[in-house]
Amino acid sequence: MSDVLSLIVAKYNYWLYVILMMIGLYGMIAKNNLVKKIVGMNIFQTAIILFYVSIGYKTDATIPILKNAHDAHGAAIHAADYINPLTSCLMLTAIVVSVATFGYAMALAVRIYQRYQTLEEDELRMRLSEE
Amino acid sequence: METIISIKPLLAVLVSLLVIPMLVSSSDKPNVRESWTFMAGIIKFLIVVSMLPVILSGKQIALTLFKIAPGADIAFRVDALGMLFALVASSLYIITSMYSIGYMRGLNEHGQTRFVSFFALAISATIGAAFSANLLTLYLFYEVLSLATYPLVTHHQDANSRISGRKYLIFILGTSIGLVLPAMIYCYHATGTLEFAAGGIFSGQLSKPSATVLLLMFVFGFAKAGIMPVHSWLPAAMVAPTPVSALLHAVAVVKVGAFSIVRVITGIFGVDFLLSFHLGAVVAAIASVTILVSSCIALTQDEFKRRLAYSTIGQLSYIILGVALLSPKGMTGGMLHIAMHAFGKITLFFCAGAIFVATGKKYISQMVGIGKRMPLTMIAFLIGSMSIIGLPPTGGFISKWYLVLGTLEGDQMIMLFVLLSSSLLNAAYFMPIFYKAFFCTKEESMFEDKIEEAPMMCVVPLLITALISFALFFFPQPFLDLAQLAVKGFIGG
Amino acid sequence: MEHYAALIVVAPFITALFAGLFVWIEERLSYPIVLAGLAVSVYSAIQVLIQVMAVGTLQYKFAGWPPPIGIEYRIDLLNAMVLCLVSGIAFLNLIASYRSVQQEISDRTGSYFTVYNLFVTGLLGVTITGDLFNLYVLIEITSLTSYAQIALGDKDRGPLASLNYIFIGVIGASFYLLGVGYLYMYTGSLNMADVAVLIKGSQGSSTVLTAFILCILGIWIKMALFPFHVWLPNAYTYSPVIFSRVVAPLMTKVMVYVMIRLMITVFGYDYIFNTLHLSEAVVWLATLAILAGGVMALAQKNLKKMLTYIIVCEIGYMVGGAWMGNQLGMTGAILHILNDALMTFALFLAVGNMVYRIEKVDITDLKGLFGKMPWTMGGFVLAALSIIGVPPTCGFFSKWYLILGAMEKGAYHFVAALVISSLICAVLFFKVFEICFFESGSHGHEHSSHGPVAIEEAPVSMLIISGLVSLSLIVAGVYSGTIVNTIILPFLK
Repeated sequence: MSDVLSLIVAKYNYWLYVILMMIGLYGMIAKNNLVKKIVGMNIFQTAIILFYVSIGYKTDATIPILKNAHDAHGAAIHAADYINPLTSCLMLTAIVVSVATFGYAMALAVRIYQRYQTLEEDELRMRLSEE
Repeated sequence: METIISIKPLLAVLVSLLVIPMLVSSSDKPNVRESWTFMAGIIKFLIVVSMLPVILSGKQIALTLFKIAPGADIAFRVDALGMLFALVASSLYIITSMYSIGYMRGLNEHGQTRFVSFFALAISATIGAAFSANLLTLYLFYEVLSLATYPLVTHHQDANSRISGRKYLIFILGTSIGLVLPAMIYCYHATGTLEFAAGGIFSGQLSKPSATVLLLMFVFGFAKAGIMPVHSWLPAAMVAPTPVSALLHAVAVVKVGAFSIVRVITGIFGVDFLLSFHLGAVVAAIASVTILVSSCIALTQDEFKRRLAYSTIGQLSYIILGVALLSPKGMTGGMLHIAMHAFGKITLFFCAGAIFVATGKKYISQMVGIGKRMPLTMIAFLIGSMSIIGLPPTGGFISKWYLVLGTLEGDQMIMLFVLLSSSLLNAAYFMPIFYKAFFCTKEESMFEDKIEEAPMMCVVPLLITALISFALFFFPQPFLDLAQLAVKGFIGG
Repeated sequence: MEHYAALIVVAPFITALFAGLFVWIEERLSYPIVLAGLAVSVYSAIQVLIQVMAVGTLQYKFAGWPPPIGIEYRIDLLNAMVLCLVSGIAFLNLIASYRSVQQEISDRTGSYFTVYNLFVTGLLGVTITGDLFNLYVLIEITSLTSYAQIALGDKDRGPLASLNYIFIGVIGASFYLLGVGYLYMYTGSLNMADVAVLIKGSQGSSTVLTAFILCILGIWIKMALFPFHVWLPNAYTYSPVIFSRVVAPLMTKVMVYVMIRLMITVFGYDYIFNTLHLSEAVVWLATLAILAGGVMALAQKNLKKMLTYIIVCEIGYMVGGAWMGNQLGMTGAILHILNDALMTFALFLAVGNMVYRIEKVDITDLKGLFGKMPWTMGGFVLAALSIIGVPPTCGFFSKWYLILGAMEKGAYHFVAALVISSLICAVLFFKVFEICFFESGSHGHEHSSHGPVAIEEAPVSMLIISGLVSLSLIVAGVYSGTIVNTIILPFLK
C-alpha cells in the first residue's frame, strides 16, 4: 500500500495531467453546451502543456537564465543546476496553438448562435434534422 | 518459336480507338461519320491480315507496352489462337458496321454517334484481348470491353434497358472483380508470372483442391462465356439494338469470354497439368450441362432474339467443351468453332434484326409465312442455322466434326452423346422457324405475298455472312490451319 | 540550388502573407500572388525529387543549426514523391477552382486565398520536416486553416461541422503531442533520425511503447481511420468546393505518410513488427474500416457524402497495407497514397464542376447529367473506374500490390475486404451512372420529340484540369511499374 502511495506521490505530475485531461475530455464529450465543450477542449490541451513543462523540472534546479555565460576561463555550466528550458519553449508554440484554436472555436460558436439562437447541442441536432 | 517484335498488334487495337474523336466531331454529318467507321474497320482488318502469313509460318509477334511487375506486363503476343479470334472479330466489324447503318437509319434511332463510338471502343478492346500476352493484359481488355458495351446494351435508355443493364453489370463486372481478380492475383502470388506459357505456369506448385477451386473461379468468373449459372445476362442483353446483339453477343463479348477461358486452360493451367488432375472432365461436365439446359430452354422461347441468345449460350459451351476434352482434335474443334459459330450466329442475328426493321415483328409465332415476304433473309437464316446445327455443307459441320472426333479420341462417350443430342435440339428449335416461314397455307400466313425485304444495307451483310458460312465448308482455311497450329503449340510444345 | 527544399515551404508561406496584405491594397492581386507562390513550390518540389533520385536523401538544416539542436528538413524518395503530389494538386486545384471561389465565397476571396496557401504550407511542412515537434506545429497549422476553410462552405452546417472537427482534431493532435513528449523524455531529442538511433535496442521500454501508441492513435484520428472517422463526412461535405477538392485528396493521405514515416524511420520496422505484435490486430481493424466505409457509403443520398465515406474505405486500404508487415503491402500502401490522391482529386474536380452548375448534388439531382455535362461526367467516370479498380487506371495497380501483400501474409480477410469493397464501389458508382444516364427528363425512347439535350458544361478552365487529372489516372496506372521501381522500392531498401 505504501508502495503505491509513494508511487503516486513520486509521479504526481503525471497523475495531475491525466486527471486534467480526463476532465477536459469529459467536458468535450458529456457536456451539452458548446461553450462548455470548447472550454473542455482548452483544459485538455492545457493538461498536455503542463505535462511538458513538468518534464523539464529537476530537483534543486533554478530557472534557466545564465549569468556570465562565457566565463573567461571557460568554466563549464552544470546542466543539472538549471531546469530544462526546451520543453517550456516548445510549449510556447503549443500555447499559441491552443489559444488560436480556442478563439477560433469561440468565433464559430458565435456564428452558430447567430444562426440557430441556441448553443445546446441536443437542440441543434433537432433543428438540423428538421431541415 | 521465333518471335518478331512489331508494332502491328498495337496499331490494330489503336485504329478504332483513334477514330473515335473523328466520329464525335462528325456527329452531325452521318455519312462522313459512317465512312470513318468503315475506314477504321478496313484498316484494322488489313493490319490483322498482314500479320497472318507470319503466324501461319509458325512464328509469333510480340510487343511489350508497359512493365508493371516481373512477369506481369501490359504486352501483346500474337499467336495462332489470337490471330484466329482477331480475324473473326475484325472482319465481322466491317460487316456489322454496314448492317448497323441500315438498321439504325431504318429505325431512326437516337444517339447514333454515341453508338458507333462505343462500338469502336468495344472492338478495340476485343482485338486487344485477342492479342494479350498475359492474363493481366487480358483482364484489362476484358474489363474495358465490359464497360464499353454497357452504353451499347442500354442504348434505348428505357426502363427495360435499365434493368437489363443492371443484370449485365452484376453478372459480368461482379464475376470479373469478385472471381477473376482474386484468382489472377493468386496465380501471380503462387508462381510470380502471368504470361501465357505452352505448358501452363504452375509446374506442379498447386495441389488438386486449390487447382480445382482456381479453375472454377476462372470458368465462372469469365461470365461473358455464358456458363450456367452466370449466363442470365445474355438473354437480358437482347434488349439492345440488334447490331449490338449481333456483333457483341455473337462475336465479340461472348467470344472474349470463351477465348479467355481457353487461354486460361491452355496458357495458365496447361493441358498436361489439367490431364494429371483430371480437371478437364470437370470443365467438360459443366459445359455439357450448359449445352443441354440452354438448348432445352431455347425450345421454349418465343421471342426470336431470346431463342438465339440461349442458342449462343449453348454454342459457347461447345467451344469450352472442345478445349476441355484436352485432346488434339477436340481442341481444334473447339477453337474452330469460335470462327464457325461467329459467322453462323451473326447471320441469324442479322436476320432477326432485318425482320424487325422490315415488319416490326419480334416473336416467332408472328413470323408464320414470312418466307414469302423476305425470301433472301430466310434463306440466309437457313444457311446460318444449318451451320449452327452442324449440317453440311456449312462451316459449322467442320467444327462439329472435329469435336466429335475429339470425343472419340479421348474415349468420352458421354460427351459424344451430349454433342449429338444437342445437335438434335438445335435442329428442333431452328428448323420449325424455317418451316413455318416458307411452308404454310395462304390462310395461316400473316404476310402478303409480295416481296419486301429490309433495306439493302441490312440484307447485303446477312447474305455476305451466310455466304461465308457456306464457303467455310469448302475453304475452312485459314481458320482450320490456325486452330491446328494453336493446338500443336499447346499440346506438342 | 540547395535551397529548393526550403523554398517548397517558404514560397506558399510568404505569398500567403503578401496576399493577406494585398487584401487591403488591391484584392484582385491576391490570386496571382498565391498562384505564383504555389508555382514556385511545384517547381522546387520537382527539382528536389530529381535531386533525391540522383543523390539520395537530402538534408536541409534550417538557419544552419545542425540537428539534433536545429530543425532539419529531411527529404528522401518517399517525401519527395508526396511533396510533388501535394504541391501539384494544390496548384492545379487553385487554377481549377477560381470560378468556384467567385461563386461561393465572393465577399472575401483575398483572405480565402491567404488561408488556402497557409493550408498548403502546413501540408508541405508536415511532409518535409525531419523534426517531431515541428511536425506537430505544422499539423496544427494545417488543422487550423482547415477549420477556417470548412466554415466558409455551407452557411447552415459548415460552422457546426467545423466545430465538431475541431474537437476531434484537437484530441488527435494532442495525443500526438503527448507521444512526442514521452519520446523526448526517453531520448532527449526531437529529431526523427536521432530518436530512431536512440530508441534502438530499447524494445522493452514502456515509455517507448506509450509514445508509440499515443503517436499512432493521434495520427489515426487525424487520418479518419474507422472508428475515428466521424468528423470526416460532415467536414468535407459542407466545406466549399475549392477546399473539399484539396483536402479530400491530400489531408488524410499526408497523415498516412506521417504514419508510415513514424513506422519506418522513427520506430523502425523491427520494433513494430517483431517486438509489438499488433500487425494482425491492425489489419483486422483496417478490414473493418474498409467494409464500414463501403457500407456507409451505400446508405448515402448525397453524392459528396458518399465520396467521403469512400475516402474512409481507402484509408483502410492504406493502413492495412502498411501494417501487413511485408514489402508488397507497404509498396501497395505507398503507391496508394499517390493513386488515391489522384483519384480523389479527379472525383472531387468532377463533383465540383457539378456543384458549380447544379448546386445541390443529392444523387436524385443528377438526372441526365451525361447529356448535360458530358466532359465532366467523362472525368467522373474515369475516376470512378479507378476507385472500383479497373485496369488500366491506377486504382487497379495499388489494389494489385495490396492483395499480393495480403496473400503473402495469409491475411485472406483483407483480400476479401478489398474485393468486396471493389464490388461495393462498383454498385455505388453505377447507381450514380444509371441516374445520370437514364433519366434525361424524358422517359424511354422518344426519337425526335426532345432534340438533343442542352449541354451546360462547366467553364473551360475547370474542364481542362478535370480532364488532365482524369487522364493522369491512366498514365499513373500504366507507369506504376516505373513508379514502384524508381521511387518506392529504393525507398524501402
